[in-house]
Amino acid sequence: MNGDHFLVLNPAGPVARIELHLIVVSIILVLIVVIPVAILLAYITRRYRDHPDNKAPYMPEWSESKVLEIIWWGIPVTIIAILGVYTAYDTFALVKPPEKNATPVTIQVTSLNWKWLFQYPEQGIATVNECDIPVNRPVQFVITANSPMNGFWVPQLGGQEYAMPGMAMRLWLQADHPGIFYGHGGNFTGRGYAKMDFHVVSRPSAQFAQWVQTVKKTAPALTSKGYNQLVSSQNNTPTLFYSSYPAGSFERTIRHQGGMYMQRDLTIIGASK
Amino acid sequence: MLPHYWPTPVTGDPLIYGADVSIALVSIAILFVLFYYKKWGWLWREWLTTVDHKKIGILYVIAALLMLFRGGVDGLLMRTQLAQPNMHFLESEHYNQVFSTHGTIMILFVAMPFMFALFNIVIPLQIGARDVAFPYLNAISFWMFFFGALLLNISFVIGGSPDAGWVSYAPLTEKQFDPGPGENFYLMALQLSGIGSMATGINFLVTILRMRAPGMTLMRMPLLTWAVLAASIIIIYAFPALTIALALLLIDRVAGAHFFTMGHGGNPMMYTNLFWIWGHPEVYIVLLPVFGVFSEVFPAFSGKRVFGYSSMVASLMAISIVSFLLWAHHFFTMGAGPGVNTYFGIASMAIGIPTGVKVFNWMFTMYRGRIRMTMPMRWAVGFIPNFVIGGATGVMLAAAPGDYQYHNSFFLIAHFHQVLIGGTIYGSLAGMYFWWPKMFGFTLDEKRGRIAFWLWNVGFYVTFFPQYLLGLMGMTRRIYTYPPGMGWTNLNLLSTIGAFLMGLGFIYIVWDILYSTMHRSELKDVTGDPWNARSLEWSLPSPPPHYNFAVVPTVTRRDEWWELKKSGRADVLRPTAQDIEAIHMPNNSGKPIIFSVFFFIVGLGFVFEWYAVIVIGLAGVLATMLLRSVEEDTGHHIPAEEVRHEEMALGRM
Repeated sequence: MNGDHFLVLNPAGPVARIELHLIVVSIILVLIVVIPVAILLAYITRRYRDHPDNKAPYMPEWSESKVLEIIWWGIPVTIIAILGVYTAYDTFALVKPPEKNATPVTIQVTSLNWKWLFQYPEQGIATVNECDIPVNRPVQFVITANSPMNGFWVPQLGGQEYAMPGMAMRLWLQADHPGIFYGHGGNFTGRGYAKMDFHVVSRPSAQFAQWVQTVKKTAPALTSKGYNQLVSSQNNTPTLFYSSYPAGSFERTIRHQGGMYMQRDLTIIGASK
Repeated sequence: MLPHYWPTPVTGDPLIYGADVSIALVSIAILFVLFYYKKWGWLWREWLTTVDHKKIGILYVIAALLMLFRGGVDGLLMRTQLAQPNMHFLESEHYNQVFSTHGTIMILFVAMPFMFALFNIVIPLQIGARDVAFPYLNAISFWMFFFGALLLNISFVIGGSPDAGWVSYAPLTEKQFDPGPGENFYLMALQLSGIGSMATGINFLVTILRMRAPGMTLMRMPLLTWAVLAASIIIIYAFPALTIALALLLIDRVAGAHFFTMGHGGNPMMYTNLFWIWGHPEVYIVLLPVFGVFSEVFPAFSGKRVFGYSSMVASLMAISIVSFLLWAHHFFTMGAGPGVNTYFGIASMAIGIPTGVKVFNWMFTMYRGRIRMTMPMRWAVGFIPNFVIGGATGVMLAAAPGDYQYHNSFFLIAHFHQVLIGGTIYGSLAGMYFWWPKMFGFTLDEKRGRIAFWLWNVGFYVTFFPQYLLGLMGMTRRIYTYPPGMGWTNLNLLSTIGAFLMGLGFIYIVWDILYSTMHRSELKDVTGDPWNARSLEWSLPSPPPHYNFAVVPTVTRRDEWWELKKSGRADVLRPTAQDIEAIHMPNNSGKPIIFSVFFFIVGLGFVFEWYAVIVIGLAGVLATMLLRSVEEDTGHHIPAEEVRHEEMALGRM
């Protein structure tokens, strides 16, 4: 066991760091109850055993104490009030881009049976099971599924958001140093689910631009037929790169899977009625 | 009309062949014993047609232990597969079936029958009643549960088990992705047993509100009775949501509707919401009754009144309401806005407050008491640290942004096993050891029980603590295998070792039961009050006569039995010859089991989409109901003379 393996405890970006901070705060707060309970329990069960020579007081009728009861209604109320404030603050913070001064990148994520498709509308390229992002720029993931519900989770960058058919879900993440980060589907989708892992590769901006150019030059195009094959083939695939993808395929997928009824989701993908 | 499926035995795996063979052998052995010893009549008269709450309670205990074995084996199969990376013990299809049946069985067919066993065995005795409000309905509840459980269990060998998790989320469970009959088994099994659960909720609400002994006001009720009242209220409000969710999904699957499908206007989110509107309160349905058990066990073995009775009642009732207001914390990650997530987060933390208060009250019940470390007490004391850690990680999960990182990881798995095993199972076992003498007339052996407890308790921490860490390492649930190099290997191996320790603990519990049954004459409970306990059931002989109370007691305060014993007046609860009158009791009936068999046939019909079978089954259901409704005399009187005779034989007069 090695400290680096605790992905959640080794954040590589501001979102995961906020989440870790809240996790640490919550651990400290709950320990305020857990530790005294453990000590009290050990003390009480030792001291008040039923031995004939036990000198500890025995008060079989003593069963009410206003003061004590106020204390133990009060302590958890206080703890939860404090944790509640932190929770509210962070929950609202995480729906905004982590950094306001940098231009965000948008990446469209689709859960398929059983692989992840990433489309880069600004770059016009697509990848499977590998997601490439520039460092220090907020990334807006717009997530959907053309499969049963899944979850998009990259522990070192931040907690997950579901991939749901017919819906466009938004998740802001950001990497603050170059690296390769493990990701996995978060919700069971059937036979091939266990092997739905992927990697997020973060690179400095210049190298990211260079990588985009390389993909554009060297990778094949994703045709409509190829897209349909990806959707319908029930298998895990290796990492794949595409120099282009059928225009509007992401938006079409959302609409066809039920998004046409959802004004909110149509707004997120910027499609008009 | 062509059948959609033919119930072919599932083949291709030695496990399933093994199961086929062992099921066949056990069935033949049971039939042989019944024929050889001519026990059919006895079985039918004493058990299959009984409406006696005590016997129904015993049937629930047996069912719960059998299902705990099945669910436990599922758990061990999973842990074996995950012991090392890239194992080939189970393939994906089988692993998916095993985790789905593990969860479904543990919640619906272990936790629930354990609760209903408690309801049935203790509540009427504790409130001074001779049976429940609707004894016939009570038998229906049991048999509907039984045949529901049977339907789920046969899926393993006929047709294939459900394989989409115990939550059975759409659209994965729609026909498009899950064409086999496995999901139908899940839907019908839960539907059948759900009818039973709903009826039990109604039955015990009415029993507690209407059938208490004279003088037992609400605030004089034992806390277990309060807990069961609270749980019954939750059952009545929560189960309809599950019934609807299952019914709509079944209609999608067998009739091609689109309630929860992708496309065609369906919305899978609706299933998720409906499921958890039942699913979260369900957690409290299986927790509140064990809170009641602990509220009986701690005072009894501390020789002291329960601390903060009013607080305990208030917290039970608060939990029963708040449990309905936090279902969405199961899907913080499904894109509800920050306002919704904040509300559900804080509401979920808030339910920790009344729960925490109860823990303190239990500890201060022991404080300044005289603690006797008996088997029920051992499970109760073991429960406290376990449940407090489970509750603490629950509060951590309720902080929504934290949950974004824990969601569906092994951290979550560790958390809910800690509250459901540490709470529900520890509590059920505490209750089983506590009321065993009341059920059977002998106590369970301490020495073997102690070994079982320690194996189980140590095994528990060894199994689940590594899982918290695995969650923080990014391991998600429901994966049948994982690659090496993630740092997960050793912790998984440790967790598997712990699971086998718990399995050994279970075997020791069974051994304890067998051993004690063989030595029951030495362990006999002659007083009816082996623990020197506090509530009315202990004023009766063990086991009580089938009418329970020859004369219904009058209650004047809390802990009536304890107070009477203390003032040396325990004899006032003994019947006198002139007080005894003829007692009216309900008749046994074969209709509940027949009714449920017909429902089982309906279930099979839906599973394999054989419409003729559904019609036959439903006709049988209706005919049984009709026959029952024209039945005029459903009860009988036990003559006073016979009651006197029986009480005399019990040495009570």
